[in-house]
Amino acid sequence: MNVTAQAIDCDVHPTVPDIKVLLPHLDEIWRESIEGRGISSLESASYPPKAPISARPDWRNGNGLAATNPAKLAEQVLDRWQAGLAICNCLYGVQLPFNEDMAKAFTRALNDWIAKEWLDRDPRLRASIVIPLQNVEYAVDEVERCAADRRFVQVLVLAMNETPLGRRHLWPIYAAAERHGLPIGIHAGSSFRHPVTSLGWPSYYLEDYVSQSQAFQSQLASLVCEGVFAKFPNLKVVLLESGVTWLPGFLWRFSKFWRGLRTEIPWVDRAPDEIVRDQVRLTIQPLDVPQEVDVVARAIEHLRSDDILLYASDYPHWQFDEDAVIPEGISAILKRKIQIDNPLATYSRLKEHAT
Amino acid sequence: MNIQHQRIRPQGKKLGLVDVDIHPKSSIEDLRPWLSNHWWHYLQTYGSRHRHGYVKGFPFPKSQPQAARRDAWPDNGGLPGSDLDLMNEQLLDLYGVEYAIMNPLSPTGQGEQNADFSAAMAFAANEWQIEGWVKRDKRLKASVIVPYEDGEASRVEIRRRAGNKDFAHVLLLSRTSELLGKKRYWPIFEAACEAGLPIGIHVFGYSGWAMTNSGWPSFYIEEMTEHAASCQAMVTSLIVEGVFEHFPSLKIVLIEAGFAWLPALGWRLDKHWKRLRDEVPHLKRAPSDYLREHFWVSTQPMEETEKPEHLLDVMDWIGWDKILFASDYPHWDFDDPVLALPPSLDETRRRKIFSDNAKALYGFA
Repeated sequence: MNVTAQAIDCDVHPTVPDIKVLLPHLDEIWRESIEGRGISSLESASYPPKAPISARPDWRNGNGLAATNPAKLAEQVLDRWQAGLAICNCLYGVQLPFNEDMAKAFTRALNDWIAKEWLDRDPRLRASIVIPLQNVEYAVDEVERCAADRRFVQVLVLAMNETPLGRRHLWPIYAAAERHGLPIGIHAGSSFRHPVTSLGWPSYYLEDYVSQSQAFQSQLASLVCEGVFAKFPNLKVVLLESGVTWLPGFLWRFSKFWRGLRTEIPWVDRAPDEIVRDQVRLTIQPLDVPQEVDVVARAIEHLRSDDILLYASDYPHWQFDEDAVIPEGISAILKRKIQIDNPLATYSRLKEHAT
Repeated sequence: MNIQHQRIRPQGKKLGLVDVDIHPKSSIEDLRPWLSNHWWHYLQTYGSRHRHGYVKGFPFPKSQPQAARRDAWPDNGGLPGSDLDLMNEQLLDLYGVEYAIMNPLSPTGQGEQNADFSAAMAFAANEWQIEGWVKRDKRLKASVIVPYEDGEASRVEIRRRAGNKDFAHVLLLSRTSELLGKKRYWPIFEAACEAGLPIGIHVFGYSGWAMTNSGWPSFYIEEMTEHAASCQAMVTSLIVEGVFEHFPSLKIVLIEAGFAWLPALGWRLDKHWKRLRDEVPHLKRAPSDYLREHFWVSTQPMEETEKPEHLLDVMDWIGWDKILFASDYPHWDFDDPVLALPPSLDETRRRKIFSDNAKALYGFA
């Protein structure tokens, strides 16, 4: 066990066990649609439920599902690793519909379900606001509606969308998030507007999952180049389940090109690596490192920041066995920062008492 | 600058410099001798049709005209890279280059929507490299340009050039219309292995898909950073589809793609392969094993780290035998061989990158 008591777990995933649990939170038209149109599930293809990564074997129930209720989450994560708080990022595919009214209804229902069935049942839980990116006005409305509940600590979007996340039409969402002290959490996953690689559809799920880190690279390039961080200097962006070790190489490349090509984006008046170290954070699982402890230590040093990593179990995804949430090769001082100091510095609402 | 160049000329000679990425440029008219009347008429009438919106130019305007050094425009009015004398003055003679591999980017027909036209253009561009360049200067090596969206036509072109030592490798662009590991491209790998030629994959081209997996970016700088991401997808595909199990002698050279992303990609692939390996039983080894064995990288544009030792870590993880020097002449981000490599590299490693690795890979004497 190498987890500090009161550690803040920044990425856990409540599972929607059945679409029917959302019925009490939907308007009549969508309740009828679930039945009348045969909408049996909105599970995202980014996480095939039976795929090994989607849930650790010892966390699955008799139906093969994991993390279906807060009692299980408490037993398997909060109590086991003495978490002080955990942030629920629900990955049910409510952002995927092409019908923006449908996306609005289902994201709203999901947020209400999370508040009632999870946050109300364990005072250690916090959550992210899931929003319909299809319609910026709807997205801002949902941020405003949920932000009143201080247990919502972040706005959640997927890594792959219709347009890159820096694009200006999305900025009202960032303005609302900044105003409410909510970081933008970008989580692995796709809304399937484009193939999961820029070269088309891969054959294997392994490629699909690995390609998530390419999306995070493109999103950072977009957010920096469009000027989001300059426009919203108090906004934090958290990359969730993004992997970690791709970041230094990306920043070296990006910052080099910025030095050569900065006249194209004159509003970006600092090197991208500085901007990212100031305003971007990453969760630690899955930590994509080899076995060799000295290589792990080198790879972490390449980040050149003790502030940038946030502790996360990625429960119930199968990223590690037993209790190895934090891999070997990370110093004790850094561990303490990753588990407590950095999450508190990132999520201003975590410092508040539970309501 | 001139004084400095005068001083280093002997060093180039001593190192036997091999430059794996230079860009000679043809005009359309230069290719006329090897195009049929039909294709000449087609070209004149319909022009090049790539998978993007413009008749001329690019979806993202480059940083300079022709993405070229401002001083690389010849006095004769030709395009940068079109004049051997200027290339001698600015690169080959100046640095004492022993061999340079030509990777013509356009007009070569690569990525054309019309597959037969693509094949005709590739043939012409290959003839032009030999007649217009290699026959005039034996330091120059040609690339077998192939119409890569058509595997069988590519095989024909590779077989036509097999055994001809004037060709150093088969050339593809990185943004193919499907992931490169897909079976439609396997005839290219088979023919390259038969011919004993590595495959050089140079960044650019247009896949026809959005340039990121989250849609189209806005800026050229995003296109430039994105090359690393699409190359990650391409490398992943080659490994995961089992290409190297089927073609164990296949060698891939990544050109102008950077390389600092490569070790992390190998770690990421290994980590998730351990969980998902029942999906890919055709892989007999960890993904990073294939990466280390089958891939070479070129230096330009090399990532620049704030701490010099971090770049050395990355080079060490990739392998000192796998890194090849590239200048990218005559493009704007040209790397001067005198200044390109970290000063802290010892002479042995410097020599490997400048010369020995490329000579071993390509079989240059």
